[in-house]
Amino acid sequence: MSPFLSVKDLKVHFPTVDGVVKATDGMSFDLERGQTLGIVGESGSGKSVSSSAILGLHRGTNALVSGQILLDDTDLLQLSDEQMRLRRGRDVSMIFQDPLSAMHPYYTVGNQIAEAYLVHNDVGKKAAKARAVEMLDRVGIPQPDRRVDDYPHQFSGGMRQRAMIAMGLINDPGLLIADEPTTALDVTVQAQILDLLQDLQREFNSAVIIITHDLGVVAEMADDVLVMYAGRVVEYGPCKEILVHPEMPYTWGLLSSVPDVAGDTESRLIPIPGNPPSLLNPPSGCAFHPRCTHRDKVPGDLCRTETPELTAAHSGGNHIKRCHLVNPDEVYATEVLPEIAPDLVEEN
Amino acid sequence: MFAYIVRRSFAGFIMLIVMSFVTYMLFFAGPIHPERYACGKNCSPAQQEQTKKALGYDKPAFVQWTDFLKGTVQGRTYPEDEALQKAAPANVVECPAPCLGYSVVNTTTVNEEIKVTFPVSMSLALMAFIMWMVGGVLFGVIAALKKGTIIDRGVVGISLIFYAFPTFFVGLFLLKFLAIKWQVVPIPEYVSIADGGVGPWLQGLLLPSLTLALFFMAGYVRMTRAFVLESLGEDYLRTAKAKGLAPRRVLVKHSMRAALTPLVTMAGLDLAGLMGGAIITETVFNYFGLGKLAVDANQTFDLPTIVGLVLVLAAVVITANIIVDILYALIDPRVRVG
Repeated sequence: MSPFLSVKDLKVHFPTVDGVVKATDGMSFDLERGQTLGIVGESGSGKSVSSSAILGLHRGTNALVSGQILLDDTDLLQLSDEQMRLRRGRDVSMIFQDPLSAMHPYYTVGNQIAEAYLVHNDVGKKAAKARAVEMLDRVGIPQPDRRVDDYPHQFSGGMRQRAMIAMGLINDPGLLIADEPTTALDVTVQAQILDLLQDLQREFNSAVIIITHDLGVVAEMADDVLVMYAGRVVEYGPCKEILVHPEMPYTWGLLSSVPDVAGDTESRLIPIPGNPPSLLNPPSGCAFHPRCTHRDKVPGDLCRTETPELTAAHSGGNHIKRCHLVNPDEVYATEVLPEIAPDLVEEN
Repeated sequence: MFAYIVRRSFAGFIMLIVMSFVTYMLFFAGPIHPERYACGKNCSPAQQEQTKKALGYDKPAFVQWTDFLKGTVQGRTYPEDEALQKAAPANVVECPAPCLGYSVVNTTTVNEEIKVTFPVSMSLALMAFIMWMVGGVLFGVIAALKKGTIIDRGVVGISLIFYAFPTFFVGLFLLKFLAIKWQVVPIPEYVSIADGGVGPWLQGLLLPSLTLALFFMAGYVRMTRAFVLESLGEDYLRTAKAKGLAPRRVLVKHSMRAALTPLVTMAGLDLAGLMGGAIITETVFNYFGLGKLAVDANQTFDLPTIVGLVLVLAAVVITANIIVDILYALIDPRVRVG
């Protein structure tokens, strides 16, 4: 039995005057219905580009997309533009980061939600509007029959994101991609939106891809985690494995940059030095090596000269990582963990 | 909304009064002696004084202005000197309220002058407006959708050519070749709908409005192209595509609606500005519109006509502004007031 969604060696390249920008360079993962995949990485690491490619939003641009995106055994990349359009919003849908700019300012919320239903269902406008009211009610908008005629600017940020979710789920899609769904929201509202997403996922039994740079969101939502750096997958595996036994220094960096409110104040917030690399002209070897504090532990300048392959992690299972370090689990336990969570080390 | 319109109209009304005052003051502040112009050469100082009185320029500027304001409310009778009225009763002209004055140069009331020329300019501006809006938006959208291709470059390039050529050149060119040499269309002549019906009216307007439209179209092609391209990059357009909408619906409902909003503002003001601003085109095609009237009035120091034109054109611009603002509120729910 093949998985519901299987992405194989997905590449999204943008030819430019200065050369080819490899926004996503070989991404593979599987996802079942009811499961959630968290894609993590800094800005410009290729998270959003890959998810747009799954939706086929690159079509009509100059992007070069290769690989396979198998949804229910159909390769989405082989479909014609029209076939893909008919699947968009019905089988695969997406909710975006900033719901204010992602909704058209001139149309009512109800109009925009109903529109998503009208394209894929042979119903009248009234039925579509009734369905929009129903969905608004489902995502927790009070007085949905009245608010359906409001414009996006009359909604609060959290309500707008709820409306976006209603729009994304109105056709009961098998796959929902949430591109940083909580980034533009207040912290208190973030938790509500995540809870709502989880409830709806259970109800609709959809597969969810959640794109974020917030490891807190990942810890709460994801079953699997995929860490991206400079367009490549650098670590991929079950969420618990990755959060407890990360084996790639970049993932360590991400974990070190998360503030721990509950923990004691002695734990330090350690930023990753440097900036994300240029995708046009990425560093040789491991793309992370210029910013990696552990590269000296690898003999022979290997990090600079040779790109590490994705290999099975020491913790086993489905956990894979892209790193030359011979004993990453030891390095993490002895050098990284004491820095970021001293209390955890003492307990052990 | 109603309160807003009333407030704006009131502000516009005050503005008109101020503008008439400024026009009077500017006219008399300048080294202009209309009485010398009217009296001609070899005019003795006494004759000049007499002419000044006959023209109604003998009173202080401020008094003339208040007389003018009174006239707009009560109406006036010309000439105002009762002795002159009795001497030549046949020459007495009644100017009922709202009287904008009497042009001694043209021997008719300003109201009458404007009544004759306004429809000409209005027809010309409206016709040109329709042509350039349809053409500009159409070609602008095409250029945006074909961005970077030969079609895009061709459309933008050709529109630039028309923009670069002065209207008197394009106008004369069209007149010379289309009307005179090849006789594709008759030589344009203004015929009002009342006189000749819709057909001749349209026929007469074809070349002059085309001349104006070609000039304005260039700007609108480029603006439409830019606004459509801008809207194509908006997040909500990505949302529309992600919903699975057909490309045509994405373009028409989501992109164009946003792109046309700024065009409405420009279009309203351009249309209003064209009412008195099509002087060259009116001259080339010998259309007696507001622009030509304004130029003539300035050359003959015809103050009543100048003031009347200033007020009428200002009123048109103010009205256009209010209409544009109302339209804006109708288009964009975010700017709706009260």
